[in-house]
Amino acid sequence: MPIRFDHKPGLVVYLTAGDPSLNATREIALAAIDAGADVIELGVPFSDPLADGPIIQRASERALARGTRLKDVLALARKIRAARPAAGLIIFTYLNPILRYGLRKFADDAKAAGVDGVLATDMIVEEAAEYLAEMDRVGLAPVFLAAPTSPDARLEAIAKYSKGFVYAISRVGVTGTQQSVAADATALVARIRRWSKLPVAVGFGISNAEHFAQVAEFADAAAIGSAIVELVERSTPETAPGAVARFIKGLYLPYAAAAR
Amino acid sequence: MASIIHPANPSESRPGRFGVYGGRYVPETLVAALDELEQAYAAARADSAFQAELSALLGDYAGRPTPLYFAKRLTESLGGARIYLKREDLLHTGAHKINNALGQGLLAKRMGKKRVIAETGAGQHGVATATVCALLGLECVVYMGDVDMERQALNVQRMRLLGAEVRGVSSGSKTLKDAISEAMRDWVTNVRTTYYLLGSALGAHPYPTMVRDFQRVISKEMKQQILEKEGRLPSAVVACVGGGSNAIGAFYEFLNDREVRLIGVEAGGRGTELGDHAARFRGGAPGVLQGTYSYVLQDEDGQIALTHSVSAGLDYASIGPEHAALHDSGRADYVSCDDAEALDAVVKLARTEGILPALESAHAVAEAIRIAPTFAARDILVVNLSGRGDKDMGILARELKL
Repeated sequence: MPIRFDHKPGLVVYLTAGDPSLNATREIALAAIDAGADVIELGVPFSDPLADGPIIQRASERALARGTRLKDVLALARKIRAARPAAGLIIFTYLNPILRYGLRKFADDAKAAGVDGVLATDMIVEEAAEYLAEMDRVGLAPVFLAAPTSPDARLEAIAKYSKGFVYAISRVGVTGTQQSVAADATALVARIRRWSKLPVAVGFGISNAEHFAQVAEFADAAAIGSAIVELVERSTPETAPGAVARFIKGLYLPYAAAAR
Repeated sequence: MASIIHPANPSESRPGRFGVYGGRYVPETLVAALDELEQAYAAARADSAFQAELSALLGDYAGRPTPLYFAKRLTESLGGARIYLKREDLLHTGAHKINNALGQGLLAKRMGKKRVIAETGAGQHGVATATVCALLGLECVVYMGDVDMERQALNVQRMRLLGAEVRGVSSGSKTLKDAISEAMRDWVTNVRTTYYLLGSALGAHPYPTMVRDFQRVISKEMKQQILEKEGRLPSAVVACVGGGSNAIGAFYEFLNDREVRLIGVEAGGRGTELGDHAARFRGGAPGVLQGTYSYVLQDEDGQIALTHSVSAGLDYASIGPEHAALHDSGRADYVSCDDAEALDAVVKLARTEGILPALESAHAVAEAIRIAPTFAARDILVVNLSGRGDKDMGILARELKL
């Protein structure tokens, strides 16, 4: 089903699948959806996550140490889809695990599991011919990253080949938390809108309600990863779903109050 | 807008592709910087002033041309091919790495970048980069795995003395692969001000091509020197292959001389199980690691495997994409020598010729020792002696009980 941002502002939640366990990730994902997440990004743990900061690196190591495999992530996606038919569901991955799995088989199996789209962090538009053909064949949305350093010609291509939404990177750097939302982000979203009518989600470093509100001023959605993964890290498997749900409700609190 | 960027078919021949290998698989944030680098390098390459400056430094500062030395006692002791050593170990800083560091250092300066970052395994590329940054007045940060900092401690001290900051990397296998990931994280964060001086023919386009171009001087000299000394081409050129920069530099000018066998020697480590070696062509499969599509040691889920080699410079899970293409086309052969063979080769070369090779280069020497007796006495083997072994004295003292 098409990816929709029903909440205003919208919310994309990243979870490293298998951290602390696949069952826990399912519970956390369901709690996140019920608390207001429009889209869940299920992160496939990778041994060499060079676009990620320390928080997601640690989560990936824990998930791999528990033996989490791509096929397990797809099985997890199937369970989340069965439990929450309307939520957006994205596989967030480095390329090598899906190349090894087989691009064609991955596309088939992801679609069959009820996944809506794929974001491959190290896949850029120039290299994407086969990847795009497979996404298109099965009807998965390819989500590309747009960076503050991307010139307009690249943003035009990213806009053209993205489906579902465009993921705008708020600042140069790896994933992780930060003090404030960079001025880079506002300018980038404005530039993306020149080329695309898709919703724009802003991510990398969005850590708290203040950032969320800032992003809501100029983007359709915020993508929150490291802050939530760190919350999971600090919780037990039993308390993590509740902690994540409270965090998300906290993001929406100012909006709920305004509506009353 | 003039033209939008379209996805290309990976099997198409285009810059940065070697057969199906190579390409550019990086986070979007880095693409503009790679484009900028590609353009700056193309301009520098075509600029005679840049080439003259590099050439002068390679000569007066680094010590080129390096000798092509006939290893008479080694040849006599093996009985077979005449063995020549290309003495890259005699270069300033002790390895071929300075060829590329000078080239890219000048490029960084030309691009107006004040801060240079690098990764290093054995420390030779780190030392070369620290040296060039001192020479050119650039800030230098070198990432190095904790395991490598311990086993190549001498080079860590050299880098610090030269004014570089050495940052230890404690993630993953704590070796070269993890140093590259950390350097890329730095680059993606400081991309607007920082030049990433990659040390091998690896990574995203244009690095494999650019690094090869800067190392090509090895085979250019080799070819001219062997024709002067012997009046004919060698039967084979032998070089060790980690990322593959010394090997591609030693092979390149011979690619069209089909009668010259090109032999790359990978690290056989301590066994044949995944995790015990760094022989990508024996246990690896095509995949993407750190920006390029090449052979990668990985498990059945596409997770990158741990590697092992006594030599830090060969201890890496992937290999330069041009080597992957040369392997598949059959133009070059890739074999492996294990830790024990490399250590034996260090002793053999030290005691027959009075030359102490780096443990990396000793893998190429070991292969020459193995195959020389299978050649006729008139055949010529050229071994690229990519670096000297002083840095390895700690490991050698322990392993050889000196």
